[in-house]
Parts: sequence; structure tokens; C-alpha cells
Amino acid sequence: MARRLLSSLGQFLATLLVATALIFVMLRVMPGDPAVVALGINATPEALAQWRAEYGTDQSLAVQYLQWMGGLVRGDFGMSYVTSQDLSPLIADRVQVTLILVGLSMVVALLVAVPLGVLAAVRHRHPSGVALAGISQVGVAVPNFLVGVLLVAVFAVHLGWFPSGGWVAPADDPVQFLRRLVLPVIALGSVQAAIITRYVRSAVLEIMREDFLRTARAKGLTKGAALVRHGLRNAGVPVVTIVGVQLAAMLIGSVVIERVFVIPGLGSLLVDSVGNRDLLAVQAIVAVLVLLVIVINLLVDLAYTVLDPRLRKAA
Amino acid sequence: MATSLDTTESVGMPVPAPSIPGRSRRRSRPGTQLVVGAVLIALVALVALVSLVWTPYDPVATVASDRLQFPSAAHWFGTDRFGRDVFSAVMVGSQITLIVGFIAVGIAVIVGVPLGILAGMRPGRLGDVIMRGNDILLAFPGLLLAIVFGAVFGAGTVTAMVALGIGSIPAFARVARSGTLQVMKTDYVFAARAANRSEFRIALRHVLPNISGMIVVQCSVNFGIAVLAEAGLSFLGLGTMPPTPSWGRMLQESQQFLGSHDYLAIAPGIAIAVAVLGFNLLGDGLRDRFDPKMRSSR
Amino acid sequence: MTCTDFAVDVRGLTVSAGATTLVDDVTFRIAPGEKVGLIGESGSGKSVTSLAVMGLLPDTLTTSGSVTVAGSDDNLLGRSDARVAKLRGSAMSMVFQEPMTALNPLMRVGRQVAEIMTIHRTASTSEASRRAVELLTDVGLPNPAESAQAYPHQLSGGQRQRVMLAMALANDPALLVCDEPTTALDVTVQKQVLDLVLRSVTQRGTGLLFITHDLAVVASVCERVLVMNRGVVVEEGPIETVFTRPQHPYTRGLLAASDLTATDADGRLFTIATAAGYDPSRLRAPETSVHEQPVASVVAPAPTPDPTPASAERAASPSPIVSVRGLTKTYVRSRSGLFGRAARVDALRGLDFEIHEGERFGIVGESGSGKSTLLRILSGLDQPTSGEVDVVGTSLRGAKEKDLGELRRSLQIVFQDPMGSLDPRMSVGDIVAEPLLNPANLRSGLAASPAERRRLVAEMLDHVGLPTTSVERFPHEFSGGQRQRISIARALVCRPRVLVADEPVSALDVSVRAQVLNLLADLVDEYGLTLVFVSHDLGVVRHLCDRVAVMRDGRIVETGPTERLYESPTHDYTRQLVLATPTLQHTLEHA
Repeated sequence: MARRLLSSLGQFLATLLVATALIFVMLRVMPGDPAVVALGINATPEALAQWRAEYGTDQSLAVQYLQWMGGLVRGDFGMSYVTSQDLSPLIADRVQVTLILVGLSMVVALLVAVPLGVLAAVRHRHPSGVALAGISQVGVAVPNFLVGVLLVAVFAVHLGWFPSGGWVAPADDPVQFLRRLVLPVIALGSVQAAIITRYVRSAVLEIMREDFLRTARAKGLTKGAALVRHGLRNAGVPVVTIVGVQLAAMLIGSVVIERVFVIPGLGSLLVDSVGNRDLLAVQAIVAVLVLLVIVINLLVDLAYTVLDPRLRKAA
Repeated sequence: MATSLDTTESVGMPVPAPSIPGRSRRRSRPGTQLVVGAVLIALVALVALVSLVWTPYDPVATVASDRLQFPSAAHWFGTDRFGRDVFSAVMVGSQITLIVGFIAVGIAVIVGVPLGILAGMRPGRLGDVIMRGNDILLAFPGLLLAIVFGAVFGAGTVTAMVALGIGSIPAFARVARSGTLQVMKTDYVFAARAANRSEFRIALRHVLPNISGMIVVQCSVNFGIAVLAEAGLSFLGLGTMPPTPSWGRMLQESQQFLGSHDYLAIAPGIAIAVAVLGFNLLGDGLRDRFDPKMRSSR
Repeated sequence: MTCTDFAVDVRGLTVSAGATTLVDDVTFRIAPGEKVGLIGESGSGKSVTSLAVMGLLPDTLTTSGSVTVAGSDDNLLGRSDARVAKLRGSAMSMVFQEPMTALNPLMRVGRQVAEIMTIHRTASTSEASRRAVELLTDVGLPNPAESAQAYPHQLSGGQRQRVMLAMALANDPALLVCDEPTTALDVTVQKQVLDLVLRSVTQRGTGLLFITHDLAVVASVCERVLVMNRGVVVEEGPIETVFTRPQHPYTRGLLAASDLTATDADGRLFTIATAAGYDPSRLRAPETSVHEQPVASVVAPAPTPDPTPASAERAASPSPIVSVRGLTKTYVRSRSGLFGRAARVDALRGLDFEIHEGERFGIVGESGSGKSTLLRILSGLDQPTSGEVDVVGTSLRGAKEKDLGELRRSLQIVFQDPMGSLDPRMSVGDIVAEPLLNPANLRSGLAASPAERRRLVAEMLDHVGLPTTSVERFPHEFSGGQRQRISIARALVCRPRVLVADEPVSALDVSVRAQVLNLLADLVDEYGLTLVFVSHDLGVVRHLCDRVAVMRDGRIVETGPTERLYESPTHDYTRQLVLATPTLQHTLEHA
């Protein structure tokens, strides 16, 4: 168990190291001198040289990488080349927003999807099960920003029940915070719910064919009781996998929903920074997103170990 | 010697498999999912082909007098703020959708499948290295890659499809590897080795045909993902550039007219959903048709 | 508990799936403490019958007739799942075939045993866990208290089956249903589990419904037997009567095909088709075996090979065709992750033996004995860790793939699983032609042209008794026995000198088994082949081979001529194996 944990951790660190290096190299390929981008084409050579010295872009790439990594370890992302803003507090702020949005949407999605998925599997021959499978099939195909746009049209523009967008920090005004979250969470969560329902359904269907469920019934459990007592935890493994994959996809995928509802999340910051050609900000945000994805993969790996005793032995 | 041979083995027992029918999952007729999926995809493909030679109106021609018209006999899906015909734009938009899907999936298949087969056939050091690399790539979702590539190389359709393709490589490599590992454990591969077939021949004659089903399924799933991602990118203004019509950008442009001109959002929205639904149904239908054992290995 | 005079009473049970009838009007009754066997080949409906009794059939099947269990007065068929569930695990319980998959992998086995008591409220939670350990002690699990804390994957197959039995017996049911409970187990383990089943039901006076395809097993466990074929019970009665004076031709056929010591005029095994010439009463005749003192009258167990060219050649060639000296093989399991530790497995620990041209050499061993590893090495599919291996003049130690062309020209393999050894995406013609594409074969001028290859394939298919139209068809269109014929055709198409057969009949029904064994024997004679036959089944090896090596834990514990080894084994393990293997003769003599 401990060895597996250690091994997961080792892989996590190795992946992180290579990934950050990749990000760094990728963004240095970007054409154009950041100094020129920051100061404009009319800047004097002296001004450019001074800017380069100030931001360290006159150093060799290796040194720049080490400085950047040193900063990352301390949680210091450096200063934006374009706005000269300190990036760390800005990113920290934006990460919070995205994590709240994504986390809440996933919770809502799971609350809806797990019972519906189980129901769809148990009743897979019954019309209601077939209908559920059909609805989730269609739900998966609908882009979440279309749901967002339609929700705004109906509930914000026509009915006026909720604001059409914006963000209020929970500390400032909890009520406004929640009111503004309802529509984006539904938009993001409903499509996720459709995806996860399908996976729960197929995982439960798979489990229902297992021999040990027949054993459980031979012991005197009814079909339903056998499924609840012996099946659901077994079905958990593939569901955890898909939840991990979807969380990772949502971290970046939520950027579109953030645009629809004008929410200042990390994705929006990334798109803005790309627009501004703010190299260092892009680099920092991508690093944070990749870190979050790797953390999610690590957590999924650990969840397997908790769920399945067969994985606890190293060999 | 024929004396001791009873070619009719069924003398005492029926030939069919002994499993209880209720537990068997093989269906002989194509499932409804497969049929509906194929029909939807055929529809999208047909529209794309027709739009190459004919659309009711020039999809990029602005007609100031026809601005923001509601759907009518003249303009089935209405017109946008520049007076462009939405129906024509939706038709032409299917081209971009299909091209992005094909190229993205193509890149992922061409790179991912050989890597996966290689990793599966050489499970030692080489396989480890390939799969570690794959895990690292997995940390970069396609959408993120597309945004970063947009920053580096400039946003556009080509950037988007290359990035989405690269982002899909890990999925294909994983599927190909797990399928290859299963195939390499079978006795028919041992028999092929005992017949002195080269590894390349084994990969070509035994591995590839036997994992092709899983790969086709993955293709249709990733096609749907690519279509959604391209729409999202265009929605963000990082995908297909104007004036080329694209469903994602049409949706984004519709936002400011929400409440008054909802049809602007609904037409491209339904188009996206139909395309993605078609590919997903096709994938599910194909999955059901292939070996159920292969099915459990996602 | 039993105020009725039966454990289970089944009347007119009919099960159908749509228009197909799987079980047709089956009637039987099992008295308390009575042990009844239900035999039949795959597809006979025996498992469906057992599931119908337990109320575990899928909803898609329709049933009629009646099933009554002791302790309930009415028909269980047609009752709601919840009402039948009350009886399952209390009045009747079941042990399944696959101990690997029948237990919940995520739950400790102690809890799984305790659960059957808490479900039926026959014990409180704490009482149930205490009883679970007791039951695990009863079924002979080592360190029961610790084993109760184990997960199924930490136990061996036999241990898991013991857990299943502990579970099934926890509430002292009136009826125990066992569906092929030992088919997945090794012979020695099978004997222990069978003894345990017998002891447990005898002690408790439990009625036993024992389902199996193995006639010897049913003879060693049951008093009465029902023979099923195509959903119908064709014959029933006391074991002794049915097995020595079978009335129905199907029963006679099954007996004939199962009896590996009986051969027809040509020295071949009986099949269902040729069973008319078989005399079942011979099963009662005293026979020489390790079980008893040798008696003079030996029924020729293996066909004495005629002086064929092969055996003449054997006498002439002093150098062995296969020679193994000091062979070891150690596997290093790949590390798990970056910091995982590599595990070493010693699969072979120093083997020495020789096989001569024209010999039929048997290798017998249970799972984990290393026999499969040995096969892979002999076939050049795996490298020895140390030692010398020479096969048909090729030294395999350190041989590169390109050096193996000649070996693979002269040595071919028939595999165990008739489905898994044929590529489902290839036509039978392509499958059989594959060995001809070996560059060494092409160089030698054998079947250099496609037309010549097609001719050879067609000839070979005809030779193994398949129609030439098979060339265009795919493996799934054939039955298990036919697939094994395809496999044999593939192995022999390039005219090898050595044929390695890896459990080629263990996945087949008895009647088909006899046909495939006869075919193998015919072809070995005709082509003058050297046969290396690997099996866990001593009866099959005894029928087919002239010399046997017994393997255990990566070593050969004993080698010798087949008859000598079976009659007077010198090694304890060989004796144990011979004793553990149920044979019809032996069990009937002691019935």
C-alpha cells in the first residue's frame, strides 16, 4: 500500500517536471520579442534592453527556466509582461472562481447522475430505463455553452429570475453569489450529468452480469439488494475514472461557460492573456491548469487503491 | 483412417454455445443506435457536400436591408445582424465541422495507434517510455493545447484541428495498447510466432484486425469530442476565423440578440447537437456489434 | 427443519427462451441426505435446471412446472423474487463453478460468509462473524481467523471454493446445489473439495444436487444419477445400474467416450457413434491399478503401436530429437511504477530429459507446475534462463528469432483453447496456411506458390475431416471440436517432425474429446510424428503416451514408461496424483 502510494507520488512529480518543461519550451517558440510586444515597435533600443534586464528575458533559456521553476515552487509566478501586474494573487483569485464553479457543477452532476444511471441500468428493459438512456445520449451531444445561452435567454432575459451573468465573491454577498451561480452551474452540470449517467449505467449493467451478484442472490438477497450491497462499490471504479477525466476536462472546458456568463475564472484569464500576447501569464496559467489535471489524476489513482483491495499490493 | 473420424460431431450434442440466452448480448440485426447514428452522420455529410455546390444564398454576403429577419419562407432560419442567411451559413458550417473532425481524429489515429501497438507488443522499457510520455500528454487537454497553440502560432482552423488531434493521441494510444496486450496474450499469436511470422507481420495480420473494432469506436467518440471542442473554440474566437461560417461562432454572435432573436442560437446549436449525437450513437452502436469482451477494456 | 420427506421436488420443469426449449419436462425428487448427480454435456440444460431450482434464471426465460423445496409448501416458480430470496441461502444454497468470479472481490471473505447469516437473521452481526470463522475452520481453511480477513484474490482457487461451501452450508440448508464445483480446480484439490462436500452433506443430512460433465466425479460423489441430453432427462437410476447397464444409447455413448481405457478393434477410443461396440459392464470388472494389487488380466489401456516406420526409425536413431539439460527459467515480473519492486518467479528449476524420435511423450502436472513454461521454451517462444535445450538439432539457448526458422519448420503446436488459438478475423484457409509462410518453409520449396499452398491446405483440411468449403469460413462458424481440428490442420500442414499438444482436449466435451484424441493418434501414426503431449488429465495421457514425465513446482519428479508409472509410481506426488484422479472403474468397484 505504502509502496503504491510512493510510486504514484513519484510519477506525479516526474510528470509535473516534464510537463512544466514542455510548457516553457512551447511558449518560448512563440514568435516575437516579448520586450517589443510590451513596449511597442517604436521603443528605443535602450528601453528594450532595460525592459529585458528587468524581466530577465536577456538571460539564457536554461537560466530563465530555472528562475521560473524556482518561482513556481515558492508560488511566485512573476510579473506580467504586459500589465506589469503581480501574477500570483491574480491567478490565486481566478483559480478559486474556477474551482468553485467546476466543483459545484460536478457535485450537482453526481447527485443527479448516480441515481439516474443506476435506475437506467436496473430498468434497462423497461421503457423508463430506455428513455433515461436516450435522454442522456442526447444530453451528451449538447454543447454546454448552448445550454448556457438558452438558460440566459429563458431565465435571465425572458423571465428575469436570475442575473444573466457576473460574479460576486461569496464573502461580499452570499445571496448574490449563489444567485449568479445557479445558471452557470446548471449549464455546466447538466451536460456532465448526462455524460456520467451514461457511464454509471454501463458500469452497473456490466456489474449486473458478474458471477458474484448471482452468488449474492443465491445467499438470499433480492436482485435490488444484491446490487446495492455488492454491486455499487464494484461499479465505483469505472465511475471514478470518468469523474477524474471529466473534472480535468471541465477545468479548461469551463472557459466557454465563463465567457457566456461573464465569470472571471482562470480560463477567461487564459484567453485574455493569449489575446494580449502576455507570455508569462499564459505560461503561468497553463502550468496551474496542468498541475490541477495531474493532481486530479493522482487522486483518481489513490481512489482506486481505496476502492479495490486488489490494487493495494505492489506486485 | 476416415473410419475413426466422425465428421458429424453433433451426434450427441447441439453445436450452439451453451450459454443461457438471456445472458448473451450478441445481436444479429444492426441496433437502432447504429442506424440512427449512421443516418444523422449521412445527413450532415450530405449537407456539407451540397453546400459545396449550392446554398440558397451566399452565406457571407451581407444584405443591409435584410438584417435580423425572423425565419420565413425566404430565409428558413432567418438572417443575422449583417443580413446573412442563417440556413446557408449552417449548411456551409458543416464543412468546417467535418474537416476538423476528420483531421483531428486522423492525426490521433496515425500517431496514437502505432504508438499503442508498439507499447503493447514491447511491454518492457520501450512500452514504459511510450506510456509515460502518453501520461504527460494526458495532462494537456485538447482544448488547452488549442488555446496555447493559438497563442503561439495564431488561432485558426488549422491550429485548432492540429491541437485537438494531438490532444486525442493519448486516448488512441491507450485503447490500442490495451487491445494489443489482449491480442498478444492469445494462442493465435503464439501460433503465428511458431510459424515464424515476423513481429511486423503479426502486428499487421493479427493485432491490427483484432483491435480495429475498438479503434473505430474510439474514432467516432473522438469525432464527437472534436466537433464540440471546435465549436467551443470558435465560440471563444480562437477557432475558425470570420468570415468562414462556423457553428460555434454563430452561437457566440447570437448572444447579444438573446431574448429578441433566439433562433440565431437555436439553429447552429441544433446543428452541433445533431452532428455530435450522430457520432456518439454510431460509436455506441459499433461497440455493441464488436466483441463484448473487448468492450469492457476502456 | 425437514418435516417433508424431500429436500426438493421438481415436477415437469420446462424452461424456454422464446421458441427454443432449453429444459423439457424434467421431473425429479431428492430425499433429505440423498446425493443425486445430474450429468450431461455442454448445452444439455443441466445448469439451467439448477438455476431454475434456485430461482436464479434471467427474467428473459419462461418457466413452467413446479419446484418445491423442503420448508415451503408451494411452487417456487412464479413466486416473486423477494419470496424466493427468503429460501435461497436458508432452505437451499448453491456452489458455483468459477471460484474466481463467484466471490465479491471487494469484500473480505469472512464478511461474505457472515452475511448469509445476517441476511436470514439466523445470527446477530457479532455472532455471525464468530460463526463465520467456525465455518471456515470446518471447511479446512488454514488460519481461519486470519483467512476471514482476507480478500478473495489472496486465496487460492481451492480455498475460494471452500469459502463458497462454508457460505452455502452456514444456514444448514435442506438442499445444496453444486454446479461443476471442481471443474476449475486441479486434480488433487478437486479430490479434497469433493471429499469435503461429501463429508459436509453426509453430516448434515443435506440433499445434494450435483451437476457435472465428469462421469467419474459423479460416480465418486452420488448415489443416484440423472442423464440429460438436449434438455431432456434420458435416463435416471442408481449410479451402478445406469453406469453398468445403460438403457439409453446416449448414456452408453457418454460412458464409452469417457472410458479412456476401452478401445475398439483399431485401438481407438469409442465415440458416441461407435458406442454400440462398447460393453459397459467391463467397468465392473476388476482392473489393475494403483488402487489395488495388480491382477493379471489387464485391459490394454493404450493401443500398442504397430511397428510403423516411425518406431523403426526410433530404434535406428540413437540421438534424441529433444534434449533438455539443466533447464531453468526465472521470470522477473515487470516493476509496477517507478519505485515498485520487481518480483522473481522460478518457473522451472532444473529439468533434464530426452525425447526420442517417434516417441509419444506425456508431460503431466497441475497448475503452476511449470509445464506451460516448458512448452513455450521447447517451441522457441521463450528463452531459457540457463541450461541447454536442443530441439530437432537447433540449440535454443540464446537463439535469435532468425535462427528459429528451422525449428519452427519441424515443430508445431496445438493449443488448449479451441476458440482463442484461432484468429477470429482470419479465414480458416489463411489460418491453416500461416505456417507455410515461414521463410524456412518457403526456402525449402514447400508450397512456394499460392496455388500449391491452397492445395496443401485443402488436402490437410480433408485429412482432419473438415469439408474443403471450410477454407472460406471463419472460426466462429465451427464447434469446439471442429476448431480443434482446424488447429491440428494448421500444426501439421508444414509436415513437422514434432507435434506439441498443450491440453488439446481439456476444453472439449467427452464425446468430442474421444474423436479429437483418435484423430491425433491417427495422424501421429500416419506422419510418424514425435508427440509431446501436455495435460493435467492422467487418463488422457495414459491413453495416448508411451512415456510420461510428472512435473511439480518447476521440477520433474518422476519419468518413466506410462504403464510402469501408473501401476507402481515411485514418487509420492505421482501416487497422490494417480489416487486423486477419479476413474469410473475404481469408483464403481467401491460403490
